Amino acid sequence: MCLFYFSTVRFKPGFSLSDFHMHEWALAESILVAAVEAAEKEKLKIISEIKISIGELQQIEHDIFEFALEEIIKTQGGKLKNVKTVIETEKSTLKCKSCEHTWDFSDMKKKLNEDESEAIHFIPEVAFVHARCPKCGSPDFEIMTGRGVSITSIKGKR
Amino acid sequence: MDARVSVIDKRLKNIKRIISVASGKGGVGKSLVASSLAINLSKKGFKVGLLDLDLYGPSSHIILGVKDVFPKEEKGIIPPNVHGINFMSIVYFTEDKPSPFRGIDISNIIIELLAITQWGSLDFLIIDMPPGIGDETLDVIRLIKKSEFLVVSTPSKVALGAVSKLLKILKELKIPIIGVLENMSMTRSSFIKNEIDSMDLPYLGCISFDNALEESIGKPNRLLESDFMGDLDNLLEGINL
Repeated sequence: MCLFYFSTVRFKPGFSLSDFHMHEWALAESILVAAVEAAEKEKLKIISEIKISIGELQQIEHDIFEFALEEIIKTQGGKLKNVKTVIETEKSTLKCKSCEHTWDFSDMKKKLNEDESEAIHFIPEVAFVHARCPKCGSPDFEIMTGRGVSITSIKGKR
Repeated sequence: MDARVSVIDKRLKNIKRIISVASGKGGVGKSLVASSLAINLSKKGFKVGLLDLDLYGPSSHIILGVKDVFPKEEKGIIPPNVHGINFMSIVYFTEDKPSPFRGIDISNIIIELLAITQWGSLDFLIIDMPPGIGDETLDVIRLIKKSEFLVVSTPSKVALGAVSKLLKILKELKIPIIGVLENMSMTRSSFIKNEIDSMDLPYLGCISFDNALEESIGKPNRLLESDFMGDLDNLLEGINL
């Protein structure tokens, strides 16, 4: 039995942010703060496009993330007023340091229960806590790709 | 570029003071000092958060007696309020299972936690640090610019050997050091005080070894009445906390 309980309420299309207070909002905000910071460094007056890469292990649905981005952009204006966002998922690759076997999150997910999967959604690195190498059982594996939230490119006008 | 790092300052901007309770050495009572400091300040009417960054061996939840709670999702995650303290720990996500993390994973966890945790307005955020001067310490220095350090030692020469290394690196990097607290004192000795004085750092005083302290673990109200808390309270008065 779990010591701690997870909130399993997730976003459904058609509902508003006030109904579903997802933690994706915090990550979406980080993208926009980072983009404005980068634009200021590059002296961009307008940001026209932000390309975003989300690691598969974050288990973030694009529609939720886009919705959060749109909601924050509405309140921001300025450089972000007419920005277009392009979201890509970076596929996961996991590699065992003991036997060098490689696998991905879809293989891993089959053996996780709902709580474990939800925990990885919040903190991807707890994969090391809840999963093992499917070949040799080692917890000593590496997340080669597929975690974090990053900006891969920004377009704009000076 | 990792976007998450950019939002960390924003998440921490409404926190008046951030105190990292650290030591170069394990087993000196950092978690007990950090949790007790949080309980003490909360009891005095301050709004307090406690972040357990000991990712391999979190123990603040054991000291506070935290059970059956989970952060609420609201534009991030909001730490549950436990005995008046907004408490965040990796343990919500690990179910208290063993956590075999390597360095890069530690950094990613710290970045994720700092990026998604919505602390709101606090008077104090206390950070329970793991021992040493590895990833967690370097990341706190890198990512939490306004953190001050409260360093814990025991009377042992062995502990001080490791503690002095942490103090030297903090001094070199010009990180604010509130002072050094000597925990588990059993005899009258000025050894630690003399060594800290010679480093030109504040020696805050000592906390006597409390034989009955184990009975207070998991019971914050009992911890408040302990001799340990009495000694800590006297030391805190000396630094206006």
